[in-house]
Amino acid sequence: MGKVTDLNVNGKKLRVEVDSETPLLYVLRDHLNLTGTKYGCGESKCGACSVLVEGVVMRSCVTPVARVSGKQITTIEGMEKDGKLHPLQEAFLKADALQCGYCTSGMIMAAASLLKKNPKPSRDEIVKHMDANVCRCGTYLRIVNAIEIAAGTAKEVAE
Amino acid sequence: MSDDPDLELEFEVERYELFAGPTYNFNFNRRQFLKAFSGGIALIVPMSNLVARTLQQEQGESGGGRGNQRIPNDIGAWIHIDESGTVSVFTGKVELGQNIRTSLTQAVAEELHVPLATVRMVMADTDLTPFDLGTFGSLTTPRMAPQLRKAAAAARETLVALAAEQWKVEPSAVRIENARFVNGDASKSLTLAQVAKGQKLVKTIPPDVAITPVSNWTVAGTSVPKVNGRDFVSGKHQYTSDLKRDGMLYGRIVRPSALDAKLVSSDTKSAEAIPGVVVVRDGDFIGIAAKDLQTAMRAEKVIAVHWQAPGQPGNDVLFDYLKKNAAGERVSGRPVGSVVDGMKTADQQLSQKYTIAYIAHAPLEPRAAVAEWKDDKLTVWTGTQRPFGVRSELAEAFHIPEEKVRVIVPDTGSGYGGKHTGECAVEAARLARASSKPVKLVWTREEEFQWAYFRPAGVIEVTTGVKNDGAVTAWEFHNYNSGASAIQVKYDFPNQNIQFHNTKSPLRQGSYRGLAATANHFAREVHMDELAQLVKMDPVAFRLKNIKDERLKAVLEAAASKFGWERKKTEGRGRGIACGFEKGSYIATAAEISTDAKTGRVKIERVVAVFECGAIVNKMHLHNQVEGAVVQAIGGALFENIQFKDGQILNGKFSRYRLPRFSDVPSIEIVLLDRKDLPSAGAGETPIVGLAPAVGNAILDLTGIRIRSLPLAPEGIVNRG
Repeated sequence: MGKVTDLNVNGKKLRVEVDSETPLLYVLRDHLNLTGTKYGCGESKCGACSVLVEGVVMRSCVTPVARVSGKQITTIEGMEKDGKLHPLQEAFLKADALQCGYCTSGMIMAAASLLKKNPKPSRDEIVKHMDANVCRCGTYLRIVNAIEIAAGTAKEVAE
Repeated sequence: MSDDPDLELEFEVERYELFAGPTYNFNFNRRQFLKAFSGGIALIVPMSNLVARTLQQEQGESGGGRGNQRIPNDIGAWIHIDESGTVSVFTGKVELGQNIRTSLTQAVAEELHVPLATVRMVMADTDLTPFDLGTFGSLTTPRMAPQLRKAAAAARETLVALAAEQWKVEPSAVRIENARFVNGDASKSLTLAQVAKGQKLVKTIPPDVAITPVSNWTVAGTSVPKVNGRDFVSGKHQYTSDLKRDGMLYGRIVRPSALDAKLVSSDTKSAEAIPGVVVVRDGDFIGIAAKDLQTAMRAEKVIAVHWQAPGQPGNDVLFDYLKKNAAGERVSGRPVGSVVDGMKTADQQLSQKYTIAYIAHAPLEPRAAVAEWKDDKLTVWTGTQRPFGVRSELAEAFHIPEEKVRVIVPDTGSGYGGKHTGECAVEAARLARASSKPVKLVWTREEEFQWAYFRPAGVIEVTTGVKNDGAVTAWEFHNYNSGASAIQVKYDFPNQNIQFHNTKSPLRQGSYRGLAATANHFAREVHMDELAQLVKMDPVAFRLKNIKDERLKAVLEAAASKFGWERKKTEGRGRGIACGFEKGSYIATAAEISTDAKTGRVKIERVVAVFECGAIVNKMHLHNQVEGAVVQAIGGALFENIQFKDGQILNGKFSRYRLPRFSDVPSIEIVLLDRKDLPSAGAGETPIVGLAPAVGNAILDLTGIRIRSLPLAPEGIVNRG
């Protein structure tokens, strides 16, 4: 049965009427039309559903919506500000860090979480932090490169 | 050289590639085209010979003529410059991350002399785009791109002639710059719209159309960013699974307990009692549509269902099963010389057996479909590599003509050969039919593992003879079930007997990036290493001794040189090399590995991949494809392995099925040999084939353990002993 949950998504206050156990992923996608956040595995093993909650990356596919009530949620749609892409989004384009693009939202959100707590991560720190996110097309090195570009630590841009 | 590029490439259609043959009406394309063509200028690309031949075999009927000013019946693609000056390219190809939306745009923009942004690609919509067999086999770049390039060049010439007519000058006095026609001293100019206005001109590609030589490419051949990249990094791009229609319901399917299970009984009353839930029972099919996914899942839980599944072989007996059920021999290609004679001249002989496990494509976007019926017309949005094949499947499933089915493929969350079929589309359409509302169905990850299909498992037996100087004198090669792709050798072996054997597969199997080329290269290149060891030769020198093909030699030598094969070996590291050829392109891969002393985990430390696919169209995206193929190959080489028993996939979820991750990725050095003198081949597949044998050979180099099965080291190396 439906239960009202108050949400704060991308700076907007919203009320949704869903079962409180519903994973945040489906609330975002089906109820709020924020489809940039993706389903990949439903068990927090691929990171396609990554969003920020109070600036920290979370897997929305295993997060009951009631648990994030009132907290600040940021999805990929909230990264672009006034038509201007976030530096990470720019960097992903610059490094050609995507093929099919299905993992890209989750990658950018996970990377944003990393750069928030560690603005100049080493390559090893990037790999360690991002290891829970899967890119089946295999663009991992480009994603590392993109994160370094956004962090201002990139030595070179991939060909 | 043959005139027919289809024969030239010796493209071999895998036996499972065309299992759902398209039922096709040749006249349909023309009608479709005439409906879409309102005015302006159209340039038609006739259907490729391969497609036409395949369809002729099915239909026993040929298409129409191909003269100018006549619309052929068999249209492969077309370019339309409408009266408002918009350039649209219509092709049935699908974008799945291989970036053909970008590379085809580059080809057309180059020849038309217009900016990239002027070109609109209309792809994979069965109502709007001409018939296409599907997006597989690395065929878009060698087949579709040159044809579209010619069509664009012809369109440019036509437009220039029309502009010249308006100005009453010779066409040679008119040129097109940045989508504007200008006269000799640039005193006058016309837009595309001003030239196309009032025209109603249809042409096929004239035989003598001149296209820009590769050496003069300025748009193609450069690293243009993904044309719609911004939509992907901002989350705006709508994959099939993101689409919404008015009044749309969400679907779930009640799945059988195992493969081939039959429905014994079911009770759906409690589910039907839930408000807003539609339950469909049709034979063994039980599906649910509801206002949201949570409600559909609740309904699914209260359906009582009993299935009966037959006992089925598991992976513990897989390779014996494949051998036992082999259905005789099928010679792949012409036998060369006599293996019996070759063995007589050999100094040493070697017989070995190699095995290949089933692996999953695991595209990150699982199968998805949105189906909608309006009156008696069905429209389905779905992620598939074969939109027209899926249209046939739908028409057949619902007993309606193909004209009543429209399949639209949004740019899709990858496929790797795993999305050739339309199961999800058919299921969504069945639910939409019953509920009279649009229905979205997205397979779960577990469904994707259990109910899609796999890269075929296989057994490969190789028996060879070799002289002590390194010359291979006899090569006998039997592949059971994996497939025939790249089963032929590019080595210069005088006596060959190479056979592919069909057999029964316990699991549903189908195409996978590179098809059987990975399995055949694994067996061949590991065996070559074993032969080199037998005659005490360096693996590179041994291969070179048996190579006459200059292009193969070039990639192998480049890989050895870049890798530093001559240098002293690094302590604690093993190294291996492999080379090969498939679908018009050449690859050589060298790998360096280490093992973790405690866990035995094999870590690939460094990979050098040298790839040559003729003239390079987009260096950045090619680099990205090669890199992606190497990374994807890590999984199949080291740890991906489908476990199954009695019709159930035992490790069918991401927490149990290990995929390559950030920490698995080695340093990758890619060398792209740009052969501007050769036509461009596709690049999505071949770079995947070299890694597994290179890593297998490196494991031997480091540990002295020869592993002849894929995956090589799912549990690490010490446990395998």
